[in-house]
Amino acid sequence: MSGVRVLVGTRKGAFVLSADGKRERWEVSGPHFAGWEIYHVKGSPADPDRLYASQCSGWSGQVIQRSNDGGATWEAVGNKFTYDGVPGTHQWYDGTPHPWEFERVWHLEPSLDDPDTVYAGVEDAGLFRSADGGQHWEELAGLRGHGSGPSWQPGAGGMCLHTILLDPSRPGRMFAAISAAGAFRSDDGGQSWQPVNRGLQSEGIPDPDAEVGHCVHRLAMHPSRPEVLYMQKHWDVMRSDDAGESWHEVSGNLPTDFGFPIDVHAHEPDTIYVVPITSDAEHFPPEGKLRVYRSRTGGDEWEPLTSGLPQQHCYVNVLRDAMAVDSLDSCGVYFGTTGGQVYASPDAGDTWAPIVRDLPAVLSVEVQTLP
Amino acid sequence: MIRVVLPSHLRTLARINGEVELDVVGPVTQCAVLDALETRYPTLCGTIRGHDGGPRRAFIRFFACEQDLSHQDPNTPLPEPVSSGAEPYLIVAAMAGG
Repeated sequence: MSGVRVLVGTRKGAFVLSADGKRERWEVSGPHFAGWEIYHVKGSPADPDRLYASQCSGWSGQVIQRSNDGGATWEAVGNKFTYDGVPGTHQWYDGTPHPWEFERVWHLEPSLDDPDTVYAGVEDAGLFRSADGGQHWEELAGLRGHGSGPSWQPGAGGMCLHTILLDPSRPGRMFAAISAAGAFRSDDGGQSWQPVNRGLQSEGIPDPDAEVGHCVHRLAMHPSRPEVLYMQKHWDVMRSDDAGESWHEVSGNLPTDFGFPIDVHAHEPDTIYVVPITSDAEHFPPEGKLRVYRSRTGGDEWEPLTSGLPQQHCYVNVLRDAMAVDSLDSCGVYFGTTGGQVYASPDAGDTWAPIVRDLPAVLSVEVQTLP
Repeated sequence: MIRVVLPSHLRTLARINGEVELDVVGPVTQCAVLDALETRYPTLCGTIRGHDGGPRRAFIRFFACEQDLSHQDPNTPLPEPVSSGAEPYLIVAAMAGG
């Protein structure tokens, strides 16, 4: 029988949550790498037993872990992330030039067809690639070097490259998003890049429709329709129908258009999910009610999904990498909270139940659909 | 033979139980001890100091013989009790919370 494996990164370790296709009874494994921050864990689409994890700590910096058996055992691989050439500077919070300094890996994106190839989005914002299973890392320096890099500034959480999307229908096309620089596209495997932020409006920057400088929180794409992109920006939920060439707002009737994650139903490219958060100052759900909002029309028209979610006294956040969908016939949706809960819906969001309630703060959630 | 004690999070990472015993060729300096440690346990590269012998990470400290050696030149010879194996060389995770 098919099943799912949910990969959870937290402030103090990684957890692997497994269930059969019914997604009712769960086995919990972990903490793996206890005490370390696990920013992200993700499996290879080409080999579900191959997992990569970003492990870091304030004491000892970055470690990359790799598993060849679905998370049962792990081995540390390469952790040397060196920016290409003379790294130069970006803008610091006070507007002064600041040297590019590697801090951590936020996101790992395995190749669609090669388990040994994996991309890493890092802070300070840069994109790295390994072609040997994570042993060695090389920067794809065309992103930082395309021209606007020296003007990028960090958001409150650091200047992170947090989203990497690979286009399954057009080899070489990929997207990256950076807080607080914006969205970028490459059509040549990451060698050269262009900003794709036309149509974004951000009131918190001097030029609201600038080419770069937008605090993009997350991008999402459906593999069957990769020219359509969805974006949760600092404020505003956005949509592009032309691979990022232009964007328009689809926040519609959301109670607030601030938030972090956004994701797409596995079988319905027009069905998308967000978790509205009150504001940039109040990182918790409006009215203390944890509600996922679903649009079946590709945005603009949204419905709250509340069954099984706390509807009073709930003041958690859901971070940008902490939502995922499985690809079983009835699409499962998952998200984790800063309060340590991981919720699952086996019916595309209609009903929810917690898999676990008391993990450390959840930083990331991914899911693998297993044969 | 040099005795090295690692903080628990690095013992777990490198799968080490208890103290590490190292043979160091030439002058016994902090740099030479760390070189030998990283050669035996490559997983520790970058977690105590920068890669390729780079500077000490900010929240890692080096103690021995009740002294803080963290700010010494890494090529300074270690105290004789350390080089003789009578006292361990302590790699410590600073009290930094978290």
